[in-house]
Amino acid sequence: MLDNISILFQAPIFAVDLLIQGLLIGGIFVLAAYGLALVWGVMNVKNLAQGELVILGGYLAYQATLWGIHPIVALPVAFVLMFCFGWVIYLVIIKRVVDRDMFTSLLATFGLSLLIQQSLNLVFGPEVRIAEAGFGTLILGDLAIPVIRIVSLGLAAVLAVGIILFMRNSRMGQAIRATAQDPRAARVLGINTDRVYAFTYALNAAICGSAGVLVAMIWNIQPYYGLVHSIRSFIIVTAAGLGNLPGVIIAGFGLGVWENYAGFVFGAEFAIAAVVALLVGVLMVRLFQLYRVRQVVR
Amino acid sequence: MSARSLDLKIYAFLIAVGIIGPLLVPSITSQMAVMWLMVLMAVTWDMTGGQMGYNSLGNITFFGLGMYASAVVQIGLVYDVMEYTASFGAIKVDFTVSQYWTGLVLGIGAGGAVATVFALVVGPFMLGLRGPYFAIGTLGLAVAVAELISGWRYVGGGSGISMPIFPGEAGTGSIVFYVMFFVLAIVCHMVIRAVYRTRFGLAINAIRDDEDKAEAMGIHTTRYKVMAWAISAFFMGMAGAIFGNMSGFIEPLEVAFPTATFGIFMVAMALLGGKGTLWGPVLGAILFHIVKEVTWTELLGWQWVALGAIIILNIVYFQQGILGWAQDRWPALFGVTVDEKMSRTGQAEAAE
Amino acid sequence: MSGNLIEVRGVSKSYGGVVANKDVSIDVAEGGITGLIGPNGSGKTTLFNSIVGYHPIDEGSIKFRGKEISKLRVPEIARLGLLRTFQQTRIYSKMDCMKNMLISVSHRDEGLGSMFGSMRDRETEEFAEELLEFVGLYQKRFLVAGELSFGQQKLLEFAMALMNRPQVLLLDEPTAGINPTLINGLIDRLKRANEQFGITLFVIEHNMRVIMNLADRISCLAHGELLATGTPDEIQNDPRVVDAYLGAH
Ligand SMILES: Nc1ncnc2c1ncn2[C@@H]1O[C@H](COP(=O)(O)OP(=O)(O)OP(=O)(O)O)[C@@H](O)[C@H]1O
Ligand SMILES: [Mg+2]
Repeated sequence: MLDNISILFQAPIFAVDLLIQGLLIGGIFVLAAYGLALVWGVMNVKNLAQGELVILGGYLAYQATLWGIHPIVALPVAFVLMFCFGWVIYLVIIKRVVDRDMFTSLLATFGLSLLIQQSLNLVFGPEVRIAEAGFGTLILGDLAIPVIRIVSLGLAAVLAVGIILFMRNSRMGQAIRATAQDPRAARVLGINTDRVYAFTYALNAAICGSAGVLVAMIWNIQPYYGLVHSIRSFIIVTAAGLGNLPGVIIAGFGLGVWENYAGFVFGAEFAIAAVVALLVGVLMVRLFQLYRVRQVVR
Repeated sequence: MSARSLDLKIYAFLIAVGIIGPLLVPSITSQMAVMWLMVLMAVTWDMTGGQMGYNSLGNITFFGLGMYASAVVQIGLVYDVMEYTASFGAIKVDFTVSQYWTGLVLGIGAGGAVATVFALVVGPFMLGLRGPYFAIGTLGLAVAVAELISGWRYVGGGSGISMPIFPGEAGTGSIVFYVMFFVLAIVCHMVIRAVYRTRFGLAINAIRDDEDKAEAMGIHTTRYKVMAWAISAFFMGMAGAIFGNMSGFIEPLEVAFPTATFGIFMVAMALLGGKGTLWGPVLGAILFHIVKEVTWTELLGWQWVALGAIIILNIVYFQQGILGWAQDRWPALFGVTVDEKMSRTGQAEAAE
Repeated sequence: MSGNLIEVRGVSKSYGGVVANKDVSIDVAEGGITGLIGPNGSGKTTLFNSIVGYHPIDEGSIKFRGKEISKLRVPEIARLGLLRTFQQTRIYSKMDCMKNMLISVSHRDEGLGSMFGSMRDRETEEFAEELLEFVGLYQKRFLVAGELSFGQQKLLEFAMALMNRPQVLLLDEPTAGINPTLINGLIDRLKRANEQFGITLFVIEHNMRVIMNLADRISCLAHGELLATGTPDEIQNDPRVVDAYLGAH
């Protein structure tokens, strides 16, 4: 471990490389975490199937490459398909747990995540897959950056800006924000909150699915990789707090960088442990904050 | 029929089933061993989840830690653990019969002890988290511990450890482990039933109903919460140790810390039978296990998918569980009585 | 009467920009009934929360029997014998009334061993029944507490507090939501709790008739500041108090 740290100091270019790779991956984490913050904030559902939605999107891209379609072309298709999938999931499951206690939504979505991962395992098998996107490698002095990573960060940015503009300007976006503020008031104002919830969950699925396409292009997918993606989203949202978009962005990139450094310093076998330990750490920090400013009960 | 005599009858029935079952149909001995394991898991989960309102998704951590603790103790007694695990099973250690049994007993004890200590150490922190944060935090804890062990070469990392082989015939071995699970599950339930009747039981129920109120009344909430978790951990740790020996081979992700199978089963079983009731988790575990065993082979690979679907159905459509539902319908059967006396001294004035 | 049980000195507390308490000083005399009044939002509940340890105070000191308690946390303060009821009544809603009472015993001298002590000794049960009868809930003792009416839950909460045998009880609007015809009975019970069980009371109350009847000293808050302290007569005739109430309407 200490050897690895000293390498970072002896070869700073290596440290820079890790940093850049981390930032390029972090953009994808931001997308999924934003989706989680959306469903959590609007309908108070803690979606533990977040990562499975990502992986599902990834498999759509993979399937596309099997049919000879370029994964970037598959991206909008995945967005639409995942949107529909999310809507169906809302009608069948989420709709019935929205106003139940918090553990119910958590468990129901955990069940959903099992369902998705097992189905994927049956259909695609347990091998690790990549959606081959071609492109080359950009050589900048001593740095070698795969072009696809830059392209995917660009796509993530386009998607994010599109969603933010949508939330700001469209009628549905306004209805979503009104519902998040106060569902009862929204209902009184004639907003169909049921439709808003369905749309929100579907949008989240679409965002996750798109993020999954990017994951499949620049990284890899496997039926059981979803849980770690879910945990990443929870880390980011817990660290940033709900409704804090800049916070989500910073935390997302930060997590990407942390993962790269931790994976290098502790060794690849501890990469996932480093992510999950961070979750526990973030929760503990939150706990001590709450401990200091105890909430007032009237 | 008083609640007490009903409980005794159920115990008698379960013990009879536990003894007669494997005698009648020896081929199902190991399935039944797993059934008792499921009962134990559901019952210990329910102590924090149902009775105390702390829904853990990570109690499987105790199971895995107990399993690994026993493995290290059992192998360490006669051999160097590092060398043993580094050989990936190439080294066959011949345990004498007495070494095996000493190791097994010490290993099970160590399993319970390590899991309990772990719960006592992390409990004060994790149990400070509320609601969904506790659930997610414990899930994270389980995954983190599993991953750390996967990377830890001393205990064989991701490739696992072969456990000492049971001396004697295989059939005897499965009966021995069956008896262990059977006794442990029954004893565990009896212990838990006993502690529910003390101040402890009332305190954890109070924490479930309103933790802020419990604090405002001066209850040592942290102490009770950690104690409840530690009791669960103790039994789960021992169960893990036994399960490791029964399997013969342990590894972190599928055997020791299976968050997506046993980890979620225990929750589903407790919910199915009725969360927060004395017998609900037992009923849920037995039903769940029977249904799972009967349908498992019929479903041709789709069993896991079906399982996810069952869990969703259970949670979304039938959350109060079988006994919760029955309790709502026939409250009198569950000892919920309404006394008509108006005052302590007066005769039933209101009854007229 | 022997001095002050609680001494609040110069306590300030603000939430972000809102100053809820500013330089408040109040004494609660041992064995007496002290009242706290003030218009809505004047910071009464905030002061209670500060005393029982729900949040750190910004400034000042709070002493209980001469011991500084402003740094202690809720359960620790409760175990000293300083208990409060909530403005929004809180009981253990899925447990029956009797169990609500049994778990409300004092946890003052509780060691690790007594965690598994029996709750069913005759003496404790009898005291619980006595108190339930005292508040008129004896008949409902095996009913699940969540099924009681709002007023009955308030009475249960009061009985639970008595079960704890506290030295001082902070009551946040004990008569709110109680049927006016029952209020006299409640006043009577509060007085009896004070006299028979020797419990010092510190009561927030909006109902002037009740508080004038009950308390022997009253403090009035307005906009977070202490406006006046005195006997019921003095307070009733204090023009500043009258102004504060009229001004608030
Ligand atoms: N948790 C909180 N966060 C922010 N502001 C708060 C909080 N609690 C109370 N306040 C504010 O502090 C002020 C005092 O509130 P407090 O509840 O103490 O009033 P009160 O005198 O008990 O009123 P009432 O008679 O209506 O119960 C109010 O302006 C209130 O809005
Ligand atoms: Mg108030």
